[in-house]
Amino acid sequence: MKFRAILALAAALGLAGASHAATELVIATVNNGHMIEMQKLSPEFEKAHPDIKLKWVTLEEGVLRQRVTTDIATKGGQFDIMTIGMYETPIWGKKGWLQALQPGAAYDVDDLLPAMRNGLSVDGKLYAAPFYGESSMLMYRKDLADKAGVQLGDHPTWAQVKDFAAKIHNPKAGIYGICLRGKPGWGDNMAFITTLVNTYGGQWFDMAWKPQLESQPWKDAIHFYVDLLGKYGPPGSSANSFNEILALFNAGKCGMWVDATIAASFISDPKQSKVADKVAFAQAPVAVTPKGANWLWAWALAIPSGSKKAAEAQKFISWATSREYIELVGKTNGWGTVPTGTRKSTYANPEFLKAAKFAAAEKAAIDSANPNDSTLPKSPYVGVQFAAIPEFQAIGIAVGQQMSAALAGKTSVEAALKASQNAAERQMTKAGYYK
Amino acid sequence: MNRLLPRALLAPAVVTLFLWMIVPLLMTIYFSLIRYNLLQPEISGFAGLENYQFFLTDPSFTAAVLNTLMLLGSVIVITVVGGVALALLIDEPFPGRSLVRILLISPFFVMPTVNALLWKHMMMNPIYGVLAQVWRFFGAQPVDWLTDVPLFSVIIMIAWQWLPFATLIFMTALQSMNREQLEAARMDGASYLQQLRYMVLPHLGRSIAVVVMIEMIFLMSVFAEIFTTTGGGPGDASTNVAFLIFKQALLNFDAGVASAGALFAVVLANIAAVFLIRMIGKNLD
Repeated sequence: MKFRAILALAAALGLAGASHAATELVIATVNNGHMIEMQKLSPEFEKAHPDIKLKWVTLEEGVLRQRVTTDIATKGGQFDIMTIGMYETPIWGKKGWLQALQPGAAYDVDDLLPAMRNGLSVDGKLYAAPFYGESSMLMYRKDLADKAGVQLGDHPTWAQVKDFAAKIHNPKAGIYGICLRGKPGWGDNMAFITTLVNTYGGQWFDMAWKPQLESQPWKDAIHFYVDLLGKYGPPGSSANSFNEILALFNAGKCGMWVDATIAASFISDPKQSKVADKVAFAQAPVAVTPKGANWLWAWALAIPSGSKKAAEAQKFISWATSREYIELVGKTNGWGTVPTGTRKSTYANPEFLKAAKFAAAEKAAIDSANPNDSTLPKSPYVGVQFAAIPEFQAIGIAVGQQMSAALAGKTSVEAALKASQNAAERQMTKAGYYK
Repeated sequence: MNRLLPRALLAPAVVTLFLWMIVPLLMTIYFSLIRYNLLQPEISGFAGLENYQFFLTDPSFTAAVLNTLMLLGSVIVITVVGGVALALLIDEPFPGRSLVRILLISPFFVMPTVNALLWKHMMMNPIYGVLAQVWRFFGAQPVDWLTDVPLFSVIIMIAWQWLPFATLIFMTALQSMNREQLEAARMDGASYLQQLRYMVLPHLGRSIAVVVMIEMIFLMSVFAEIFTTTGGGPGDASTNVAFLIFKQALLNFDAGVASAGALFAVVLANIAAVFLIRMIGKNLD
């Protein structure tokens, strides 16, 4: 009898405890500037929602991708909110691994940039909310252009870029004509190379899913890339990706750079860049076609279908990707540092336009990218600088390795493309595309 | 009966250790025989030897095996030769010897990833690295280490990290060297090289064997240095078997193929071990 009373009491206490405990949301995110800022500002959210506690797991991009992919594929349920990219969202959404978002009316979904909204939706349903978005563009040194008497305009061609690089390339003075990504990886060198291939009129797969790596556009594009970077690039290009080149550009060693629009805010920040007052911006260069010449990427927040705390997770996502959050960052850290590339209202904000001289070029680049139509011949896949199919990571890595070998002069372009074609066919055959 | 008791007492520990080894091994064997790609849960079922075939026909496979052996061999040779030389140098007393010893040992306490980053940026960067500055000082064109000689660069990094370990072992072994015998040899007019050949090296035989064995176990699975510096590239110039398995498991998310690769690595390690034990076994009494 006594024993039962104790049990009942314990149960009651336990229940009471549970009803007062806050819900804990585990959030996996990338360790780049904007996300770290989100963590710093998240106490604001916790103040407004005392019943929700946030727990952060912050990882480097590659590691994050491995962790969240294994977690979601094995239904591990470690995370309530995941930071994923535009590559994963359509694939996982289609597989039913994500919960569709219902942000509510105050969120104003129509304020999201159409390119971002489309890229993160499957069948018209939004599966991830964009935290910040980017495209790619050409960044160059205005002072060097003036000295060389070169006018690049807003829509340069690759031929113009090459001429300009030749004019300013001066390794003795520590200035290299152009810096481009060369480090192997589907999100590293292949992101840039794919946009170059697109503008040369190439594609990853034809409508029968056959890899097109030995087609003429690929050959033209890769020959051009290896030649340009070999002649007018810095030494060690085959190990350079975004961060390495950012350091070089900030130290004043690069004349030009084609990369993520997000770089614009770093290289024009006098706190970290020696050349902050000398940079200018143009759209990504084109060759044969403007289609797919600049990429489209977003880091976005999504809720895995295994999460039991979807309602609370939705609250946090609505807060972190809202117009109000962008204003909060603007007020606390200055308008030059807000997460860009997600909302129309950001680009209509006079404070932001004053602080960010790259805003117009960035918005034009994002608006011109269309993941559903980014190659000259028709393609069966979605994505500008990637193909949103599960096999693409493996293929992109294998091809990226070959491209860096060609860039380093270890193999010829033809041999590298042949090996790439083989690797791509192997993966596609294994995945059962040709039954 | 009196034999049974100690065995019964030993049994729990032995069984635990055995399970510790056999369960993961059996799971790996099971995974290697099924179609198991994390990103394609809809494709499943028994795959037979398909995964093994896929791993062994990987275009980078031959390069990876050769690179693994090359890395293993080079680092072992460099650390054993260098380690003996250093140990002999700091064996004789001289002012400041203890400080020099501490400095010599310190690289071993640097984490592999940190070691790799240190070499990649501080030393080997072709634009602002220390080595590039040295080359420029002599008016030469700086070497682009990680692009032109990727495997050699990785060998340098790992040798630098393991040299202190070898030095430490040989240093302690030399301290137990019989000084009177050396004295006697010198009285009989043996030159330094003769002393080295007939007295010191035989005395070090056992510790050399230990160094080779331990390094082999650890260097088979070198990964951090490659991951942080070259990413296996350019091409597959610095991909070793461990990195190839990583590519399958965590970049392609193909647990089946990765398990097949892991089992292959186990076989490779055993082959290398058999050869080494034979070689070293001859030298030990």
